[in-house]
Amino acid sequence: MAHDHDAHTAHNQDHHDDHHDQPATGIKRWLFATNHKDIGTMYLVFSLVMFFIGGAMAMIIRAELFKPGLQLVDPGFFNQMTTMHALVMIFGAVMPSFVGLANWMIPLQVGAPDMALPRMNNFSFWILPFAFTILLSSLFVPGGAPAGGWTMYPPLFLQGGNYVAMAIFAVHLMGASSIMGAINVIVTIMNMRAPGMNLLKMPLFCWSWLITAYLLIAVMPVLAGAVTMLLTDHYFGTSFFNAAGGGDPVMFEHVFWFFGHPEVYIMILPAFGIISEILPTFSRKPLFGATSMIYAIASIAFLSFIVWGHHMFVDGMPLAAQVFFMMSTMLIAVPTGVKVFNWTATMWRGSLSFEPPMLFALSFLFLFTIGGFSGVMLAIVPVDFQYNQTYFVVAHFHYVLVPGAVFAIMAAVYYWLPKWTGNMYSMGLAKAHFWLSTIFVNVLFFPQHFLGLAGMPRRIPDYAVQFSDWNMVSSIGAFGFGLSQILFVVVIIQCARGGKKASAEVWDGATPTGLEWTIPSPAPYHSFAVAPEIK
Amino acid sequence: MRVTRASVDHRTSRPRGFSGAVALFAAALAAFCSIETAAANTSNGHNLPIGVTDLSQSMYALHMEVFWICVGIAVVVFGAMIYSLVKFRRSQGAVPDTTMVHSTKVEIIWTIIPVIILVVMAVPAADLILKQEDTRNSELSIRVTGYQWKWQYQYMDAADGVDFFSTLKQDSNFARQLNSGVDPKTVTNYLLDVDKPMVIPSGTKVRLLLTSMDVIHAWWVPDFGAKRSAIPGFVNELWFKVDAGKEGIYRGQCAALCGRDHGFMPVVVDVRTPDDFKKWVEEQKAALKQAGAPAAGSPVAGSQAVTPPAAGSPPAAAPPAAGSPAAVAPAGGPPPSAQVLN
Repeated sequence: MAHDHDAHTAHNQDHHDDHHDQPATGIKRWLFATNHKDIGTMYLVFSLVMFFIGGAMAMIIRAELFKPGLQLVDPGFFNQMTTMHALVMIFGAVMPSFVGLANWMIPLQVGAPDMALPRMNNFSFWILPFAFTILLSSLFVPGGAPAGGWTMYPPLFLQGGNYVAMAIFAVHLMGASSIMGAINVIVTIMNMRAPGMNLLKMPLFCWSWLITAYLLIAVMPVLAGAVTMLLTDHYFGTSFFNAAGGGDPVMFEHVFWFFGHPEVYIMILPAFGIISEILPTFSRKPLFGATSMIYAIASIAFLSFIVWGHHMFVDGMPLAAQVFFMMSTMLIAVPTGVKVFNWTATMWRGSLSFEPPMLFALSFLFLFTIGGFSGVMLAIVPVDFQYNQTYFVVAHFHYVLVPGAVFAIMAAVYYWLPKWTGNMYSMGLAKAHFWLSTIFVNVLFFPQHFLGLAGMPRRIPDYAVQFSDWNMVSSIGAFGFGLSQILFVVVIIQCARGGKKASAEVWDGATPTGLEWTIPSPAPYHSFAVAPEIK
Repeated sequence: MRVTRASVDHRTSRPRGFSGAVALFAAALAAFCSIETAAANTSNGHNLPIGVTDLSQSMYALHMEVFWICVGIAVVVFGAMIYSLVKFRRSQGAVPDTTMVHSTKVEIIWTIIPVIILVVMAVPAADLILKQEDTRNSELSIRVTGYQWKWQYQYMDAADGVDFFSTLKQDSNFARQLNSGVDPKTVTNYLLDVDKPMVIPSGTKVRLLLTSMDVIHAWWVPDFGAKRSAIPGFVNELWFKVDAGKEGIYRGQCAALCGRDHGFMPVVVDVRTPDDFKKWVEEQKAALKQAGAPAAGSPVAGSQAVTPPAAGSPPAAAPPAAGSPAAVAPAGGPPPSAQVLN
């Protein structure tokens, strides 16, 4: 527990502390970690592991869908795979990796010595391995893992066996972890900014995370409430969602999507922040309209609370509600458009170079926009009746989540990895990773638009033969995309082990802005013991 | 399928452009442009079907309108991005204009323009919703009940009493078993055929009342532009009117994940001329009499045997206003939930 002491003394630091300025050794360093960098690293490694576990499930799904007929798995197990793939990717891969990036970068960007609540930080991370052990072990209990879709709609979800309790407990733990992470972000940003850094001078990544943190605190308890009602319906004879007992299965959908839609933005707003950091750096030009970018994020966050109905158009809804949710959903395109236009304007008359983080950011810009277009199409209620619950929806949300959120995370890793490890990574391998990922992600997901429009429902293990061709193309894309990610791990491991030393500014010749570039690479174990002055 | 393959080739033969995205987008365009060559009443393999009802045709038209607007925006936005990528490269000696950081004027412009475009899309959309929701003056009502994993069709009005289940056809059901050894391509209408399809008359406004006996299902026929969830305790409404002259068999699937065999509960609708429909109804009623079946509510000959719903399941009696949360209370108080929901 040597660095409790450090955490306290960091504030009134003196240079004689330097002999304490070392991490504990062995397992204790990680188990009792209170250092934001160690915890950030654990979050990132954890999410990478989950990315591969969730990815393996996706490979099983795409292998079964490679051709019509059932060749590999039972339909029940297929449903477990689609459900678990989503839960693992959303709660295990994307969300923790953003928290990991927040842990690493927010103190460095606001000039703080650490996160404001280091012990809670430790706790919020260490809940996650337990949560996912419980969730993943449900694969091995009688009846198997959750198979009713990640949305857990009753009555289907409640038909399950042991997984009901396991999945609900795991979701509660994940929610608790997310809320603690969010509190930590808010307290750090509100209290620990370096003198002179007013909110509008704060980097966009911190801004996007500040707003995300409020979203998390607002909606994770809603999810917890919804799943708790499922729990009591299943085990204690209540009838919240049981029509036979006077309950209402559609109410679950309302409650769930009141969480679910902000959740979607929880997974994309930090990505917006990352892209807003990287594009200016490699365009050698400040972010265009930084203030309106912040307002855009805030408007998107607000709108996310009033659009949940668009997930449920086919479930029957009053006319007025259909029109309202259509309008509010379409409105999201306006601030999102502002963001895309401002990013484009950032590159306009800049001086662009194409390092790996920039490549991923550019890919994000194009492919996320395609996801945005299909989003506008899905918002049009009368046609949504055709798109809803088809592969068109699958294509849409994978475009915003994979080349959207995941590519932004990869861009962030490639952007800050030299700052974390002190070493440059192999640019050649990273670029290979980029090109393979970008090509295969399109081969994987673009044909799914066609499948959906042609009438293929989602979440089916087998399909009519007219869907064969595009499914095969999509599966080939999936295998290519999955294999390409091994390169990502190779690049990271190589970089952690050594390599050409990175300078403090890392991206010499580009214009990285922010306090993180003023400290040496690798960032010292305790940074900003003395708060920097911001002019 | 030839169209499909052509556009695959088209995509792979376009190495130019910034990334796969651009090439694929071109492929998408090519795919959509080739729609003219496709059959009129089915999907061409990569776009929505135009369909055989007024509604599905309006949906298709609105879909294409929104699609082309999106393409237009994409051309402008991606054009600007690609132009920047080509023109402002550091390797070409581009010098950054670091004074270009903000412009209230252009930001207002690119806030207002999208708003206008969205209004242009929203007005016809709201119009179409009104049409879709107008279930008045229907000439035939059919109660559709979802079960794991089959559909029950109970006719009302002129066909009152006709009542049967519709289940995946035997040859598909055999071929779809894990490692069945049957090549799905050898099965006619693999996974899209049933033992007994719903039969409706053409040129007639048909209203469906959808509910479910267990979990949430969704009834969907793309060519009718008709999809709606079947939810236990609720009755949802849906209508369509197949154009006269478009008689034939139309196929769809359950669209809401409903458990293990979600992929195996197709929807098949046999559209006949009103005269043929009348004949069909007479036959059904005759069969009913012959079987000595009591009245409406029991399955007729030819349907699958069905276990009666567990005690306490939401009764499928036609509850009141459609689309309203008409949760039906069971006769004998709340039953133990775990079994009921099974």
